[in-house]
Amino acid sequence: MREPAATVGVLALQGDVLEHEAAFDDVGVRTRRVRRPSDLEGIDGLVLPGGESTTLSMLLESSGLFAPVAGGLAAGLAVFGTCAGMILLARRVVDGRPDQRTFGVLDCTVRRNGYGPQRNSFEGGADPASDDLEPALGALPAVFIRAPKVITVGPDVEVLATGGADGAGEPPAPVVLRQGRVLAATFHPELTPDRRLHRLFAAMARPRAAQAGR
Amino acid sequence: MATAHAGRETGTFTVKRGLADMLRGGVIMDVVDAEQAKIAEDAGAVAVMALERVPADIRRDGGVARMSDPALIQGIQQAVTVPVMAKARIGHFAEAQILQALGVDYIDESEVLTPADEAYHIDKWAYVVPFVCGATNLGEALRRISEGAAMIRSKGEAGTGNIVEAVRHLRSITGDIRRITQADSAELYGWAKQLAAPVGLVREIAETGKLPVPLFCAGGIATPADASLVMQLGAEAVFVGSGIFKSDDPARRARAIVEATTHFEDADHVAKVSRGLGEAMRGEELSLLSERLADRGW
Repeated sequence: MREPAATVGVLALQGDVLEHEAAFDDVGVRTRRVRRPSDLEGIDGLVLPGGESTTLSMLLESSGLFAPVAGGLAAGLAVFGTCAGMILLARRVVDGRPDQRTFGVLDCTVRRNGYGPQRNSFEGGADPASDDLEPALGALPAVFIRAPKVITVGPDVEVLATGGADGAGEPPAPVVLRQGRVLAATFHPELTPDRRLHRLFAAMARPRAAQAGR
Repeated sequence: MATAHAGRETGTFTVKRGLADMLRGGVIMDVVDAEQAKIAEDAGAVAVMALERVPADIRRDGGVARMSDPALIQGIQQAVTVPVMAKARIGHFAEAQILQALGVDYIDESEVLTPADEAYHIDKWAYVVPFVCGATNLGEALRRISEGAAMIRSKGEAGTGNIVEAVRHLRSITGDIRRITQADSAELYGWAKQLAAPVGLVREIAETGKLPVPLFCAGGIATPADASLVMQLGAEAVFVGSGIFKSDDPARRARAIVEATTHFEDADHVAKVSRGLGEAMRGEELSLLSERLADRGW
């Protein structure tokens, strides 16, 4: 019997929503824009896209989404955050706004804007540190835009890829993290044609009925 | 100008346009100092735009409008965590070099300031920092993109609080894009000639049905309803200049415009946030203006 298809919600308050929708379309996964609490019903996973994390956290509150999303995450809803989306998942944020709320489901510390202003934004690579990112395919192309930098990683967090070394002594940092059903990247896989991370998340977000039946 | 340092390639077009992509669905607010920048960030701005005077004051006071004092720009950079943009005069590449040296996140080569060059815009490929430029029609937008702009905004008529020009510019750009997607391959050369734009960019539009960079709206937005209107007309984000700090209650109005930009398709939500905002900026009837800022640039 075919597995029921997954539907991934994409938080559509602000940011690069279209690129995530196109990326999931490439890997055959349906998406739904999430702007209000009722949009969360029946989704198998949620994407927090790139954008401005301060704006996103404010709009999450005002749209009434913060509490139901936090509840969903506590109940095991799969979630994938890129760049600002990762900041929203991190337990600790350095150099953010003091009133900036996060879901705190990823045990790590990130420095917001960890590489400096836009003139330091760059394209580079992310080297897979896990078989789940298909190392045989080489480094993932990675676009870092005013990206956060991971400073500390908790014991239950897997580092799936590292990257962002500057070739002048600064070592690579963790750039893709996973903790249970939480996946996060400091860069923007949705801006490149490589679909490894979206495929991986699609597998994490498989409908629960199908998972239970396995 | 893309530069590579072992493993980090900065200033690529993907990186430049990528920041514009991250600002989509958001509001970029004009600010003249750190205090206004804080108000803007508190209200949910995705970025702030540093300039010497808001357009309504430039219009009222006259004189030459220039890049902001670097001390004010640095004060704004220290006050907020969101991206800081700043305006340079059209063709004034030395102002742009200074803004890049200051580490601003985006440079607006803007008709709101007094133009420095009557023939040439800045060669924007020569910078690591991305540029946004205004346009009144598709030809102007494509000429700016061919010069390296990574984001296009409508010019509208800045400082008037009157949305009519921004609507005209957006409709002109999106209407011509739709018409180009219907053109056959031979007609694309005619479009390139008519628009005075590179045929390669015209061909790209024919294939994708959209501009090669994000299209934002600027010039005359004063209310949440204005923001909803331009988002429904195809803008991907909005710039608000005088509309906020020339109104009765800047913090509340700014917040309401942010909400209306996110929930632009939800009239109930826009109605809710539009209530009781106090007086909007007074605004100007366009036929009474002595100078159109949108006529600057070519």
